[in-house]
Amino acid sequence: MLSIRTLHAGVAGKEILKGIDLEVRAGEVHAVMGPNGSGKSTLAQVLAGHPGFVVTRGEVLYDGRNLLEMPPEERARAGLFLAFQYPVEIPGVPNAEFLKAAVNAVRQHRGLEELDAMEFLSLLKEKMTLVDMDPAFMSRPVNEGFSGGEKKRNEILQMAVLEPRLAILDETDSGLDIDALRTVADGINRLRRPDNAIVLVTHYQRLLEYVTPDRVHVLSGGRIVKSGDRTLAHELEARGYEWLEASAEVVPR
Amino acid sequence: MSSSGSQRIIEEFANRGYPYGFVSAVESDSTPPGLDEGIVRTISAKKGEPQFMLDWRLRAYRHWRTLERAAGEPRWANVRYPAIDYDKIVYYSAPKQKVAARLEDVDPEILRTFEKLGIPLDEQKRLSGVAVDAVFDSVSVGTTFKEKLAELGVIFCSFSEAVQEHPALVERYLGSVVPYTDNFYASLNSAVFSDGSFCYVPKGVRCPMELSTYFRINAAGSGQFERTLIIAEEGSYVSYLEGCTAPMRDENQLHAAVVELVAAEGAYIKYSTVQNWYAGDREGKGGIFNFVTKRGKCAGARARISWTQVETGSAITWKYPSVILQGDESVGEFYSVALTNNHQQADTGTKMIHIGKNTRSTIVSKGISAGHGSNTYRGLVKVLPRAVNARNYTQCDSMLLGSRCAAHTFPYIEVANRSAVVEHEASTRKISDEQLFYCKQRGLSGENAVSMIVNGFCKEIFRNLPMEFAVEASRLLSVSLEGGVG
Repeated sequence: MLSIRTLHAGVAGKEILKGIDLEVRAGEVHAVMGPNGSGKSTLAQVLAGHPGFVVTRGEVLYDGRNLLEMPPEERARAGLFLAFQYPVEIPGVPNAEFLKAAVNAVRQHRGLEELDAMEFLSLLKEKMTLVDMDPAFMSRPVNEGFSGGEKKRNEILQMAVLEPRLAILDETDSGLDIDALRTVADGINRLRRPDNAIVLVTHYQRLLEYVTPDRVHVLSGGRIVKSGDRTLAHELEARGYEWLEASAEVVPR
Repeated sequence: MSSSGSQRIIEEFANRGYPYGFVSAVESDSTPPGLDEGIVRTISAKKGEPQFMLDWRLRAYRHWRTLERAAGEPRWANVRYPAIDYDKIVYYSAPKQKVAARLEDVDPEILRTFEKLGIPLDEQKRLSGVAVDAVFDSVSVGTTFKEKLAELGVIFCSFSEAVQEHPALVERYLGSVVPYTDNFYASLNSAVFSDGSFCYVPKGVRCPMELSTYFRINAAGSGQFERTLIIAEEGSYVSYLEGCTAPMRDENQLHAAVVELVAAEGAYIKYSTVQNWYAGDREGKGGIFNFVTKRGKCAGARARISWTQVETGSAITWKYPSVILQGDESVGEFYSVALTNNHQQADTGTKMIHIGKNTRSTIVSKGISAGHGSNTYRGLVKVLPRAVNARNYTQCDSMLLGSRCAAHTFPYIEVANRSAVVEHEASTRKISDEQLFYCKQRGLSGENAVSMIVNGFCKEIFRNLPMEFAVEASRLLSVSLEGGVG
């Protein structure tokens, strides 16, 4: 579903990703781990099409299409979802209104009828129960005045409503208490289906206690320095990133 | 991070067309261009006015001439435009067909025009429960719902009709809030106004439906000078809506209206405007000069006047809907959204004049600038010595879309009573690239994202509009932003 080949990217004048190769198939859950500054979030943002990053080399295929040529909204409509590490506030725009516009943009793209207000509300109600969110949040402006945990739940709610084919979660687990973490993990597990794929970008392995990945990759210095199955996450937890950084050939930045 | 992404979207957004720019093929009866006493007399005669009206017009005309000879039009507003040649303007233009007594008699071309504008004067509108008075060029063409209102004693008719049918009310209140000496454009309007709307709500009556006026300028080179007068007697209530459109023309057209509101003790007047006059093309050619004087007087205790305006059109907007808080405990409110795109300029705001004790006023202004637009808030909060415990809260928010537009704020605060509390808050913001990216990542187009964010910015104001109008305003805002956002 997703093929990343020798991907180099960064911000103007500074390369952050230095040749990423990654293959994600339908039905799989991949965890991308690594220390701060290793390029995890950059990878997530580049895949989603953030205009602040420049791709200098390599290619990314999504369902056989050249992902890098698609504008961000097209990627989203084609089923790519990014749960933001720092969800953005949009003052004055109610959460429900925002989400309805998003759902209908995606549906329109897929040739489906747009949902009317009633249909959308019943969908929303159902999904809100799943992520254990207070209905009052729906009339509040997008992310405005939300706590860190509420913002992350909101991302998972959006994911649940939009039902993406490829979900990339950028440190969705950071800053969550244990209850919120479980809710987020539930949300992810519900999305796990043979025709979907999930990429979890995370610093810690604690989310992986609840969501079992098929593959674990360790990113360091803009490269994947090690890949393995779920046991790699445990090893990392036990031995720390220094273990890998010492063993890998780290290119000075 | 670069802002080129959002810049581009904002630009694309600001470049859509004006959907109301058609011209209707209606024969019109016009005076020759230019203004002198003869023209004023002609206008008055065409309308068969009583002597007091002619005398008033002539006094206004003479006053305007002295202003015009002395200093010309006022130049203090933060707008730029070439001097207007008042000798080239046609001061009276009416559809040739006589004003129809029944809707069936109205020129079908005019009715089609209003239908294009989405204002059918017929059953559709009756069903939706809004009474409409439509002003085409300078003459009112039909008022719906008249009989139903009459049962309650509410008078809602064209200004001309009010002059004929209710001269005593007109004579008593005309100029009582905006005297003909008030300012250059108000003087001009007083001399030449040809029609407008009139509304009288008797004591204790709650007007059961929204009253609505649609204005449209059609004839080329004509000015539109309409006059609106609303009187709400003791304890009454009325909600009044005003909408405006005009065809696209290369030359600028002058629109100088006057609106006067009088609220007696305990009365509440809610006045809402969605102004979408033609704004000129993308290079700033053409468009309406909207130089309007709007003022309400809370004449009695506990009276309340609330102005809500959504200003998206006109090449130049010069407009300060104000409230004179004369009665004790009276309340004045001003809620405004002003959008300037392309080369539009707006200098708009309000004046809250606190005279009575315990008077309160609220001002919430949202200015949005896109393209090369320039947006100015200008407001005066004045507390007179007698106004014990006067309160004002002012909030001025500006949003800038792109990097070639401008936002300005000129708040004037004059307080002459120590017990007064006056608050002023202001903010300026841009749509961030992060907000835009977030929306796009959820599948929204850049244009929809901008429109949604701008609508969110204006939410507080739209909340004050009657429901159908709020939907209309929100849609209009999106259309007006098209091509201006980036």
